This record gives sequence, structure tokens and C-alpha cells, in this order.
Amino acid sequence: MRKPENTIGTSFPEMRSALRTHRFGWFEIVMLVVFVAVYYLLPGYLPLATQVAIMIIFAISLDLALGYGGIETLGHAVFYGIGGYAAGLYALHVWQEPISGLLVAAIAAGIFGIVSGVVVLRAKGLTLVMLTLACATMVHEFANSMRAVTGGDDGLSGYRIDPIFGLFRFDLFGRTAYIYSVCILVVVFLIARVVANSNFGLTARGIRSNAQRMQLLGVPVLNRLVLLYAISGALAGIAGALSAQVTKLVGLNTLAFTLSGNVLIVLILGGIGRLYGAVIGSIVFVVLSDRAAAIDPFNWLFILGGLIVLTVWLAPDGIAGRFSALTQQLLGRERKS
Amino acid sequence: MPSLSTLLSLFIDGASYGMILFLIASGLTVTLGIMRIVNLSHCGFAMIGGYAALALVSMGLPLLAALPIAVLFTMAVGFLLEQTIYRVVYRTHEFGQILMTLGLTYLMVATINLLFGSLMQNILVPEALNGVWLAGGLTISKYRIFLVAVSAGVAVLLWATFEWTMFGARLRAAIDNPRMARASGIDVGRLLSVAFAAGCGLAALGGVLGAQMLPLEPFYALKYLVLVLMVVTVGGLGSLKGSLVAALALGLIDTFGRYFVPEFGGFVIYVTVFAFLLVRPRGLFQNA
Repeated sequence: MRKPENTIGTSFPEMRSALRTHRFGWFEIVMLVVFVAVYYLLPGYLPLATQVAIMIIFAISLDLALGYGGIETLGHAVFYGIGGYAAGLYALHVWQEPISGLLVAAIAAGIFGIVSGVVVLRAKGLTLVMLTLACATMVHEFANSMRAVTGGDDGLSGYRIDPIFGLFRFDLFGRTAYIYSVCILVVVFLIARVVANSNFGLTARGIRSNAQRMQLLGVPVLNRLVLLYAISGALAGIAGALSAQVTKLVGLNTLAFTLSGNVLIVLILGGIGRLYGAVIGSIVFVVLSDRAAAIDPFNWLFILGGLIVLTVWLAPDGIAGRFSALTQQLLGRERKS
Repeated sequence: MPSLSTLLSLFIDGASYGMILFLIASGLTVTLGIMRIVNLSHCGFAMIGGYAALALVSMGLPLLAALPIAVLFTMAVGFLLEQTIYRVVYRTHEFGQILMTLGLTYLMVATINLLFGSLMQNILVPEALNGVWLAGGLTISKYRIFLVAVSAGVAVLLWATFEWTMFGARLRAAIDNPRMARASGIDVGRLLSVAFAAGCGLAALGGVLGAQMLPLEPFYALKYLVLVLMVVTVGGLGSLKGSLVAALALGLIDTFGRYFVPEFGGFVIYVTVFAFLLVRPRGLFQNA
């Protein structure tokens, strides 16, 4: 038997962290410095760093839904894939301008979030997990069978992307792609922060803690969850669109179960419900899987699998959770002494 | 409109496919019913069974002799894992469980990949079961009939155990209300261990027998997982009867769907499941 949920509601430290809004800590500064440093110091790794940035956006979007709203999903890749295909098709048939491509992808994924959210989010627990999974698999199979539009197994390719603002073309070394992705990442991070710290974000946390109580307090729970799901979906769509624009390819794997699983792993590695957990998790995950695949392309799943099991076992709050627990311990000691 | 014989052979294909799904899903539904643990590794046990049989067959053993050894081997592996890793899994929160079993599945995939390579493998069917029967313009694969017969036998056996034995009564009690069952002196933990191992064995049986329809490859454990999870959810957690009906229905819908609307391929089945879960979120036979 599982222990009953904490029904008392938000504990005091959580409340304090929730109310500490809109401030920029050292973490954001370090993050920016790292991103700038990578550009100058590791020019050979820019494509990989771009992947990291895209993964961070994707993980942040999941963190909004899962970490703040408690929406347990095994099908988050559906938004990533829809965003990717939307951006790819838009570039192929309508306009090659990148920024508007991102917006189109965000809108497409957001609308899908509303439509699927209205039906899916009525469920809870295991049924919700299964419905999100079924939903994602459904779209995956749909894209697979719509070969004429999506390219099926071969993926969608053959489109080009115009220079950003008509000025910066995507170069061979991935410099533009990297800067572009990091800029979008910063924007997404800010949006997510605002959402998470807004009254709406607090409501979402309340729903995660105790949905019934929030309902009784007069919060339209389903409405709020659907909105959160749509925002999260739109951000995930941006991640997918970025990937589509940068790699010039949208494959079926952008909709696959494995991607949904991977982004969950990223989040649990980093830590749920604190946004920057997504950052740490993505860096660790992408770099590690790249290194592991480079060292041993066939057996890198060993490392990944082992990592997941060990993380959940030893650090259920993720790396960020461990870290903040550690700093809090240190701070506490300082205060006492 | 296709001929009657086509319909009939489609029916047999769909039914045998469904029965394989049932074998794999049956263990999962019981453990899910008792512990509410989304065991994403369950399909991995079917894969382990399949590969164990493959190894034995390639050593020269006939399939029917390799089958029980493979099943026992998988049960042993399942029991060992249940006693060790799953003890930790039980203690973590719901989402941690999903992730941990997913990680475990990755480890299984990697292990199989290391031992057997990444190619798709096929278990050779014994001579006696190879070939087809011809009956009045109807061609029926012997192996499919064998499959349906064996899995129907297993289903009956399972049902009898569930309904008529003390063990079955305890299991039903534990699924209905684990706390109450514990309070009335049932060792739910041990029951779960036994059910888990038995479930692994059933999955292995499905993995070996179904290797023709669901070919063995390292990513087997992830590839068919969604399907098996759907069977369990549609059937209702903890309900063997539900799983049987759901598995047969999914097998038939999938087979007929692929035949009649091939352009939509596997799409039909997911739409059906999705629509169904919206109407009945707790599945066919809701238990809890």
C-alpha cells in the first residue's frame, strides 16, 4: 500500500520558495556563462550543445506539466513531434522564415494540447498515464500511415530554412543554430518561470498537492490543468520545431515512446518541479548518452538503464534535489554556528 | 467483400495473436491489481523467455523441450529481480516506479543485445507443427491452431486456479483490497512474489510461442510494451477475464483493421483503445 498523499497541503518551506518570485539567482548567471563559454571554448561540440539546449526546452515543458501540475504523462513526445512536423511542413509548403515557423509549431502543439487535454485530463493515475501513452502512439501511427504528407518511415526532409531575421544564415559548423537555440531557450525559460511563479502556477501546484481540495476552494481544476497542458505542449512544440529547423529532418522517432521515456529520465535525473532540474538533467543526459554511444555504440543502454535505476533509488529528487538539500544543510549549519 | 474462408483465416490469425497478447498480459494484470505497480519491464520477461528458448533450440533441443526450461528460467530471473530490485521499486512513488522499471527494461535490452546481437531472430517451429491444413478451400496454419489450443488451455487453467483454489481466493482477496487481505492473515508480500514469478513464466510462454508473430529482437521489450499495457488497461486492472477479452478483441481488431484499411495500418487499434478508455476509464471489468 502506498502512503496517503500529504493532505495538509503546502508545507512552509515550499510556500516560501513559491513566493520567492521573479528573482534571478546565481544559477541563471552560471548557465549563461556556461553557454557563452561553450561557444568560444568548444566550437567542435556546438551541434551537441545545440541538442542539449533543445532537450532543456523539452524537459522544461515537461516540468511544467509534471512537476507543477502533477500531470503524469508517458506521451510527451507527441507535442515535440507535432511541433517538429508542423515546423517542417510549414517550411516546406508555406514560408521558410524560422521564427514564424516556431510560432506555428507552438500554436499547433498548443491546440493539440487543449484538444487532447480536455479528454485525457479527466482521468487520473494509471488511466491518465495510459491515455497519454495511447494518444502519443495514436499520433505516431497516424504520422506513419500518412506517408504522402509526413514521409512515413523516411521522415520529413528536403525543406530549407531562411536566415534568421534575414541576416544570419545557418552555417555548416552549427554556430548560428547554436546561438539561435540558446536564445530560444532563454525565452522559453523566462516564459516557464513566469508561468510557474504566477498565480496560475501556484494554483497548478495546489492542484498537484490536492486536486479535490482545490476544487472545493472553487478552482476550475480541469480548466487549469488543460491550460497548463496546452502551455507545456506549446513549449514542447517549440523544442520539436527547433530540432526540425536545425537538423532539417523530422523523423518518426520524434513521436516515439522512447523519446517520451527519455525526457522523463532527463527530468528525474535533474529533479522535478524546479525548472533548473531540467537544465542539469539535460546536460547530464545528452552528454552522457553521446559519450557512452561514442565509446560503445551497442551497449550504451547499459549505462542509461543503470543510471535511471540508481538515480531513482539513491536520489529520488534528482541531482538538483540532492544539491539543494546539500546547500540547505550547509546553510543551516552556518546559521546555527 | 472477401470470401468466408478469408474471413475465417483472418479470424484465426487475430485470435492467435490475441491469445499471445493475453499470455504476456496476464501476469501483468495480476501484479498491477495487487500492487498498483506499472511494471514497464513485463514485456522484457517475455523477451527473456523467447531468447532463452532460442538459445536452447540452437543448442539442438527441440522446441517443446526447450519451452518449459525457458519458462522456468524466466520465472527464476523474475523471482530474483522481484526479491532484489523490485523491493526498492515498491517503496518509491508512483512515477519513480515507472522510471525504475523503464530503466530495468533498458538494462534487459542492453543485455540481450550484448548476448544475442541486434538482428531479428526466429525460433524454428518443429516439423510436426509446420505447414498448413487444407479444408475445403481453407488454408489453416497448423502452428496457429496449436497456439490457440495451448493458450486456451492455459487460460482455462488460470481461470480454474483463480476461481477454485485457495491460492486463487487469496489472490482475489489481495487484488480486491490488499489491506483487508493482510489484516485477515494473508501474506500479501509472499503472494505477490509467487504471482510475480508466475506472471513472468506466463509472459515467457507467450514470448516463446508468439515469436513467429512478435519476432525476437533486443527492442522487443519496448516495442510490444504499449500493446500489452493497453490490453491490461482495457481489460481492467487485476481482471484476468478482462485481459482475455481485451486481448482477443485487440488481436482481432488489429488483424481485421490491417486487412480492410491497410492504409491506416496499426492506427485503427490505437484509436479504438483511446475511444474505449474515454468511455470506460477503468476498463472492461473494473475491479477496484
